[in-house]
Amino acid sequence: MGAADPALVHRTVEAVWRIEAARIVAVLARLTGDIGLAEEIAQDTLVVALEQWPRDGVPDDPGPWLLATARHRAIDQIRRRQNYAAKLQLVARSTTDTDDGGYDAVLDEGRIGDDLLRLIFTVCHPTLPAESRVGLTLRLLGGLTTAEIARAFLVPEPTMAARLTRAKKALAGVEFGLPPAAELAPRVQSVLATVYLIFNEGYAATGGPAWVRPELADEAVRLGRLLQGLLPREAEVHGLTALMELQASRLPARVDPSGRPVLLPDQDRRRWDRLLIRRGLAALSLAGSLGGGVFTVEAEIAACHARSRSHEDTDWERVAALYEVLFHLRPSPVLRVNQAVAYAMAGDPARGLALVDAVSGEKSLRDYPQLPAVRGDLLARLGRADEARAAFARAAALTRNEAERSLFSSRAVAP
Amino acid sequence: MRYIALLTATRPDTPPPPELMEAIMKLGEDATNSGALVDQAGLSPSLFGARVGVAGGELTVTDGPFAEAKEVISYAVYDVRDKAEAIEWTARFMRAHRDLWPGWEGESQVLKVMGPSDFE
Repeated sequence: MGAADPALVHRTVEAVWRIEAARIVAVLARLTGDIGLAEEIAQDTLVVALEQWPRDGVPDDPGPWLLATARHRAIDQIRRRQNYAAKLQLVARSTTDTDDGGYDAVLDEGRIGDDLLRLIFTVCHPTLPAESRVGLTLRLLGGLTTAEIARAFLVPEPTMAARLTRAKKALAGVEFGLPPAAELAPRVQSVLATVYLIFNEGYAATGGPAWVRPELADEAVRLGRLLQGLLPREAEVHGLTALMELQASRLPARVDPSGRPVLLPDQDRRRWDRLLIRRGLAALSLAGSLGGGVFTVEAEIAACHARSRSHEDTDWERVAALYEVLFHLRPSPVLRVNQAVAYAMAGDPARGLALVDAVSGEKSLRDYPQLPAVRGDLLARLGRADEARAAFARAAALTRNEAERSLFSSRAVAP
Repeated sequence: MRYIALLTATRPDTPPPPELMEAIMKLGEDATNSGALVDQAGLSPSLFGARVGVAGGELTVTDGPFAEAKEVISYAVYDVRDKAEAIEWTARFMRAHRDLWPGWEGESQVLKVMGPSDFE
């Protein structure tokens, strides 16, 4: 293949890279036993491609090319390190692990699947701080650059670079491997929690000027689908993916043309993404058939909305009942706030207000803007306008999201 | 970002080689497991379809088959970060055809599905 337009080739390299990055880092981590080193070699490989492809043309099989090149570099590195007597442990590892049957075996899907799982379980290890898990997941599994992650989290690039460096240091203390069967459930939970954190940062941004950052939500949904392929028998993997797809289906209706948030009751449901709803419902039925869990019940709630023609037509009794199930699986005062909304919609705002008032003393909800916002709505429904105004003013004072603040402020005037 | 790839080709007289079908299944699995491929299907010959048109104020319905040598054979919907990724998945699909079905020719149109980001 001859040389082509360098800008086009550059974009191709980056696209192939993002598609293959997780697999490459995963294979390299197995070969070297060191995720930090694996990432370095992976980055070197990217540099090689960025040099060679514009000059020699894009290889015919760009994915396997990257993987094979990365593998050669890893084995080179290991051989070089074998010369250092001090690296005895690495020598022991390299004599077993680099004997991987060569090129074909490196491309063996089952084996790469295991490598990917090992990588995911390691970077999402529960002993790592959430911030580190999120950063490493986007970097090593999503293939995003530090600059891209920094932009997604609205922090300066050097800040994110420092955060990732800290995260990689913390990784040194984590064993690179698959969890033993007895630990599988909590370890899967830690992976899912990490992915959901990424999703929520995109779906309901906690800070900054924008109410949604779809690129982060999309990234999380893709990670969920990746996990579905790797852990097909884990109910909650499908439950989380269902939840994310169903919630993401509403993204097109979640902001108005001026960027202001549009809450569920006011969304134009014709703008909901039917393809994501169809996929979400399919994943949900799979999750249910495998036994379900917290994410599955949350997805059931999202499905109640997805299936309804309008906010009023929603089966609010079922939504309230599902919140009760959720509360028993994972008690949290926040759930009571959401359940109160369902009771209000089912025509029983007084029951909702009782639930909200019962948890309003909770320390964990002291700075939670949704508590006074929901309380304000319930009070308004009960005709207690003055109290409603005060509640919305409090909600506006608490939120850190600019778009949300303007919404609450307007209801503080006209509840 | 969502893209749809529409494959147009001359409908062949013989079925595709089994190796190609195998490669397409494998590729579909890879793309699905990457989270990129969100929908796909093959399309039946135009014999089973119809055309509904408006021209000169008239609505016309014409049953297939149609005389054109090339037909839309299949579609794939990708959920990816940018156009280059949609092109890469499509290129893999087309490469499999080239390598495993001698003489085959066709074209995939990669089209961006409009989404919220198009209205910003």
